[in-house]
Amino acid sequence: MTTRIDTRFAELAEQGRSAFVTFLMAGDPDPATSLEIIKALPKSGADVIEIGMPFTDPMADGPSIQAAGLRALKAGMTLKKTLDLVRGFRKDDDATPIVLMGYYNPIYIYGVDKFLGDAKSAGVDGLIIVDLPPEEDDELCLPAMKAGLNFIRLATPTTDDKRLPAVLANTSGFVYYVSITGITGAAAADSSAVSEAVARIKRHTKLPVCVGFGIRTPETARAIASHANGAVVGTALVDALRNSLDAEGRATGKTVSAVAELTAALAQGVKGARAVAE
Amino acid sequence: MTIAKPNSYRSGPDERGHFGIFGGRFVAETLMPLILDLEKAYTAAKADPAFQAEMNGYLKDYVGRPSPLYFAERLTEHLGGAKIYLKREELNHTGSHKVNNVLGQIMLARRMGKKRIIAETGAGQHGVATATLCARFGLECVVYMGAVDVERQQPNVIRMEMLGAKVFPVQSGTRTLKDAMNEALRDWVTNVHNTFYCIGTVAGPHPYPTLVRDFQSIIGNETKAQVQEVEGRLPDSLVACIGGGSNAMGLFHPFLDDPSVEIFGVEAAGHGLTQLHAASIAGGRPGVLHGNRTYLLMDADGQIQDAHSISAGLDYPGIGPEHSWLHEIGRVNYLSATDDEALAAFQLLSRLEGIIPALEPAHAIAKVMELAPKRPRDHLMVVNLSGRGDKDVPQVGDILRGKSK
Repeated sequence: MTTRIDTRFAELAEQGRSAFVTFLMAGDPDPATSLEIIKALPKSGADVIEIGMPFTDPMADGPSIQAAGLRALKAGMTLKKTLDLVRGFRKDDDATPIVLMGYYNPIYIYGVDKFLGDAKSAGVDGLIIVDLPPEEDDELCLPAMKAGLNFIRLATPTTDDKRLPAVLANTSGFVYYVSITGITGAAAADSSAVSEAVARIKRHTKLPVCVGFGIRTPETARAIASHANGAVVGTALVDALRNSLDAEGRATGKTVSAVAELTAALAQGVKGARAVAE
Repeated sequence: MTIAKPNSYRSGPDERGHFGIFGGRFVAETLMPLILDLEKAYTAAKADPAFQAEMNGYLKDYVGRPSPLYFAERLTEHLGGAKIYLKREELNHTGSHKVNNVLGQIMLARRMGKKRIIAETGAGQHGVATATLCARFGLECVVYMGAVDVERQQPNVIRMEMLGAKVFPVQSGTRTLKDAMNEALRDWVTNVHNTFYCIGTVAGPHPYPTLVRDFQSIIGNETKAQVQEVEGRLPDSLVACIGGGSNAMGLFHPFLDDPSVEIFGVEAAGHGLTQLHAASIAGGRPGVLHGNRTYLLMDADGQIQDAHSISAGLDYPGIGPEHSWLHEIGRVNYLSATDDEALAAFQLLSRLEGIIPALEPAHAIAKVMELAPKRPRDHLMVVNLSGRGDKDVPQVGDILRGKSK
């Protein structure tokens, strides 16, 4: 089964460049503004869009993304509304891949089968669930693959060669390499270490490898993108969004453009990178 | 749905860390290799007589075990029913049962060559025990504690600092135990190469619920021998308070396959079960948080809800996964006690027995006040007095003075 993710990476490989992957939190700072922001991303150069599913206890996220989730929840965001957001985006864009990223509990409570059906019909292409390692594949990964959604796995610096095959076994779409041991928005990624790690993963898989955590600037994005099939930026975009809000944390006239402008600058960085072989 | 009764209630978990549908390993990939290492190290340690011998030495001479089983004569007379025994875990070094588990984990950390220890703490009892053993073995110690708890459990914060630990007040979320656990997990993900996470209760990803239970089972094993010695038989009932549930699991586990023993766990009902509380089984349903599937307090969207209890140690929206299973399978009865009931029990035990309990086991005493009078005089009831109340003296003093004004 070919998803929008597979199609997009194939197109990019043909063009000889890496993907720019953005992350923002669904419903941050409110559902309507969030939809406007997501809609603006492809025009600004995002190739793949990751949308965070807000959760009260995001144990792998740093302060910026924690706060984004709490803003969204405060604005009434739910998992159902996150799927509505994707549906709204799909009205105008049937090509840009959408990946939902988050934690398992809201999906478990929504009901796994119902969620997979609703997500697929809303136009979701893939899932990244931080707290579901391969040891828990029965929970969501295998049902998601059956439902035609990519299950994108995180590989980390602690995932050694012995463990990589298990991590990659039921991974599809792409592999998300977490460039640091740590939480989102923490340390900067070291591009030579990243290069080595990506090469190591590529010895085990033909899937594209995207790298995230610690990429904040067009320069870093360029450096990382020249060693990988994609660079993921989250915290820097979430910070740009937050800095555009008023004192009460509400959207202003600058909110959508602040995120779009940084997206465009980062996309330029990624596009300036030489591509790596698939 | 009828759940089939197992042949033994003590055989869990399965090799993937499941107690029925509960438990599991719901953690970020970064932590997964370390959790597998820990499981291996624990299995090896369990099979190593030298490990057990070294543990036993420290348990006897450093912790002060065995802890006494004390006949609470005046409490028994006052309630007019069951004969009540207190398992005196509050007499352990550091003032609670927490040290039993911490000793075991610190010895495992040493075997694994980890030099930096992190812990979460609610009331501070687990933090103090961790800081104590880190001091004893010369290890770096970092304790995450909700800012609200730092405020209400000042004596323990000061103790931890005196013992050389760094205490980080956690400002995120509800600023209590759940957020301290989130922050500890974030630290662990970041410093996974040199850090051992010493979890304080029978929760978290497999193998933590099992290894914490095993280290705490000394409570139940001693109790069994002690009751046998003074009464010549098994007790008729056991009562213990439950936050995550480690003191309860430690007392209960050795008795699970003794069908004549009634077992009661007491959750914190806070302001009452229809208001803010921390009773995950009474008011929650199965969900996934902090590495395991278990009963959790949450809303319709699966967002975790704020717990409330007067007791910082019970102020957590979840419970250990084995308790969730024991509840579903019907082996343990889970009750709850409100803040006010716990305060009344705190005062009653102080005045009748000259023992100031921590607010956590005061919840257990509160249910003993209900259960004991309904039972005959030859009924033997054992209560786990899991911690002493020194840490609660300022907080309870303020509440009682406020009330008498």
